[in-house]
Amino acid sequence: MKLNELTAHRLHEMLINREVSARDITEAVFNRIDEVEDELKAYVRTTKDLAYQQAEEVDQKIQRGENIPPLAGIPIALKDNICTKGVHTTCSSKMLENFIPPYDATVVEKIKENSAVIVGKTNMDEFAMGSSTETSAFYPTKNPWDITRVPGGSSGGSAAAVAADETIVALGSDTGGSIRQPAAFCGVVGLKPTYGVVSRYGVVAYASSFDQVGTITKDVTDCALLLNVIAGHDSNDTTSVKREKVDYTKALIDNVKGLKIGVPKEYFAEGLDPEVEKAVLESVEVLKSMGAQCEEVSLPHLKYALPTYCIIAMAEASANMARYDGIRYGYRTPEASDLIELYKKTRSEGFGNEVKRRIMLGTYALSTGHYDAYYLKAQKVRTLIKQDFEEIFKKVDVLLAPVTPDVAFRLGEKVDDPLTMYLTDSLTVPANIAGLPAISIPCGFKEGMPIGLQILAKHFAEATLLQVAYTFERNTDFHRRKPNYKGQEGGKN
Amino acid sequence: MKISINDVEHVADLARLHLDEKEKEQLAGQLSSVLDYIDMLNELDTKDVPPTTLAVFIDNVFRSDEVGQSLTNEVALANAPDKKDGFFRVPTII
Repeated sequence: MKLNELTAHRLHEMLINREVSARDITEAVFNRIDEVEDELKAYVRTTKDLAYQQAEEVDQKIQRGENIPPLAGIPIALKDNICTKGVHTTCSSKMLENFIPPYDATVVEKIKENSAVIVGKTNMDEFAMGSSTETSAFYPTKNPWDITRVPGGSSGGSAAAVAADETIVALGSDTGGSIRQPAAFCGVVGLKPTYGVVSRYGVVAYASSFDQVGTITKDVTDCALLLNVIAGHDSNDTTSVKREKVDYTKALIDNVKGLKIGVPKEYFAEGLDPEVEKAVLESVEVLKSMGAQCEEVSLPHLKYALPTYCIIAMAEASANMARYDGIRYGYRTPEASDLIELYKKTRSEGFGNEVKRRIMLGTYALSTGHYDAYYLKAQKVRTLIKQDFEEIFKKVDVLLAPVTPDVAFRLGEKVDDPLTMYLTDSLTVPANIAGLPAISIPCGFKEGMPIGLQILAKHFAEATLLQVAYTFERNTDFHRRKPNYKGQEGGKN
Repeated sequence: MKISINDVEHVADLARLHLDEKEKEQLAGQLSSVLDYIDMLNELDTKDVPPTTLAVFIDNVFRSDEVGQSLTNEVALANAPDKKDGFFRVPTII
């Protein structure tokens, strides 16, 4: 296996045993990028010079005999809504095409403190609004398992980059499934932590009460290692939660004996592809055979999750997008006679259609005469959905469910029909509404495309979630399969 | 909920967006269909249900009022599309 195909924990062993250098690993990753990136387009921008410089520092530390942290020298890709000091951060939008942040997001500071090697910024749906990475103002990213299909979104670039071995690990953000859905579509591991576990400081806001930064990795062990680095309270984010530091690698236990697993029937409702359903139910059986206790449970308000999400996310989005006015940073229209015209032209020219649509819907829901009927109503239903989960987690430790109703769809298939596109998020938004941690891990294939298993747990129970995911991974082989994508010149897969 | 072209124009004005005729028409149709879907929420009686604004309870967050690090004028203006004499420059307002 080539170095770029390995996991972070394996590479760490090789680094400390001096079998390879951080430079070798970085080189393997950039070679792979050269090979496939023309077609896959997972990145908006690569940061080769920075990466080699960071790799060099790690190699020097190793040569001096210093201890290095687990992610030192490990290539990482960052979603392009995570601010990197001195490196363009575009949100895949014309609005921020030339924006160079004057500071690092807290997660980036932590990544740098741990000496990980930043490979580049990954493509995404514009301002994280989308489920396919097709709303990127630059270009769509392709799924390495089948280049006629989407990688999912909005963290589609991060998921495709990990799946295609164009990086070792990646960060994404998840507002309604934007880590888990692309992870499922690309056959990798994607974790959305509990709301408040990871700082949002320096992460460009979409829907602030749902947004959470999380990990995209090749296996569950790497997920725990990366979570160890990014989790923690941050006084720059008032919604980040003060808790004692957890070592998530302690949760990597191959044992689920006696653990209570709930299978919520509402996640298996009409519209779920039968092969996806079969793969998820077989996964339940795997864990059962390992000694877990399984029972069917019910979340009566689950079907209301998507409409609730739509209203709240779009209302928050419309408020967050108000800052893009062409004055302090970002795009400004070349010609405007007065200030109002400047705002309107700047925003109309700088935002793409999906962003405009969500701003419009959100503004409508918050406007006089509609606030109670839409926004307040949705917040009340949010309470009911949250209570459903609270009740269920009194009885079970984790919930198992599909991540998506089907495997990755084709490029162009849904992009013109907003409601159909929104419906692809119906099984991921509930975790964001209730603020729960949730992970997607590979659990099967349909027509050669990966299927994701979603595991949800109660607030701050990432450890339980990782334990179940780890046990499943240790006893199955789905995570070992690679897309076998050779790049344009190597022939289509 | 049927959204008219007038509604679209009103909301676009609130959101400081300029839309052409084709966009207005398209949005009227798309917003109507999304809002129709969202009307599903009216099946639920939520009269006595309190709203949730944040899923994880966080108490008021206070900190001491101390001067910390901040951006210099130069750095703060570095991304400005137009600037003059250390200020953001905008079209004449009055």
